[in-house]
Amino acid sequence: MVNYRADQLDRIFAALVDSTRRAVLARLEREKSASVSDLARPFVIKLPAVMKHLDVLEEAGLITRSKKGRTVTVQLRPDPLQAAMEWLSHYQRFWSTSLDRLAIYAEGKEAEARRKKR
Amino acid sequence: MTTLTLVRQIKAPPSIVFEALTTPQGIANWWGPDAGPVLLAETDVRVGGRYKVRFRRLNGDEHECTGEYLEVEAPKRLVMNWQWTSGGEPAEKGNLSRLSFDLRPIEGGTELTLTHAQLMTEASRNSHGQGWTGALDKLMKHFS
Repeated sequence: MVNYRADQLDRIFAALVDSTRRAVLARLEREKSASVSDLARPFVIKLPAVMKHLDVLEEAGLITRSKKGRTVTVQLRPDPLQAAMEWLSHYQRFWSTSLDRLAIYAEGKEAEARRKKR
Repeated sequence: MTTLTLVRQIKAPPSIVFEALTTPQGIANWWGPDAGPVLLAETDVRVGGRYKVRFRRLNGDEHECTGEYLEVEAPKRLVMNWQWTSGGEPAEKGNLSRLSFDLRPIEGGTELTLTHAQLMTEASRNSHGQGWTGALDKLMKHFS
């Protein structure tokens, strides 16, 4: 369970590699929810292939599916993706600022060393 | 694997950059997400040696990170694991991430590549919103 979050984040990024899956997510973002057959319509690939893509997205926690009668409705779950992005940007800020200061410090030390040489 | 990579070109030779990365005096001058001070920096730069850095952010929050050096190859490469601690005790259920610095000599200085991997291990530090854990808990409930 400790590593579950790590696995989950890997799955998210693996899920996002594919353009069909990104197209599905983009559409769900616009329309909030859609049936599986609606989602499959714009793609040249067959329904079972679309279902496989939905499996990947669902395993990554990016969508949910609910069945009512014969219709399966798909909905976007934005939270996990947002959390992943927040973490990346958090560390991006942390290290970006740190490295800027590191560069200034090291360059100052180098200038000092050169002055001493003269 | 989720990885953050940043590259910087620094107008100083690798030996000086490596020193800045590894000495307490060097670390005190740059470590942290804003202009807040480094309160404590300890390093034991050898494979298996440990480091500890405590810093205060401008908003007054204090944070401490600690870890072990995994690879030390002056002045080319430094790899360490990374963990947030609170009062000396591991936070985050002891989860570690991995931090590496690679230094390559270039004309007029050094190209530094920073890689921080497995960032999600600190996910539970997320203090705003329901965070990662909350989202997954909800997801688990949804399917149980």
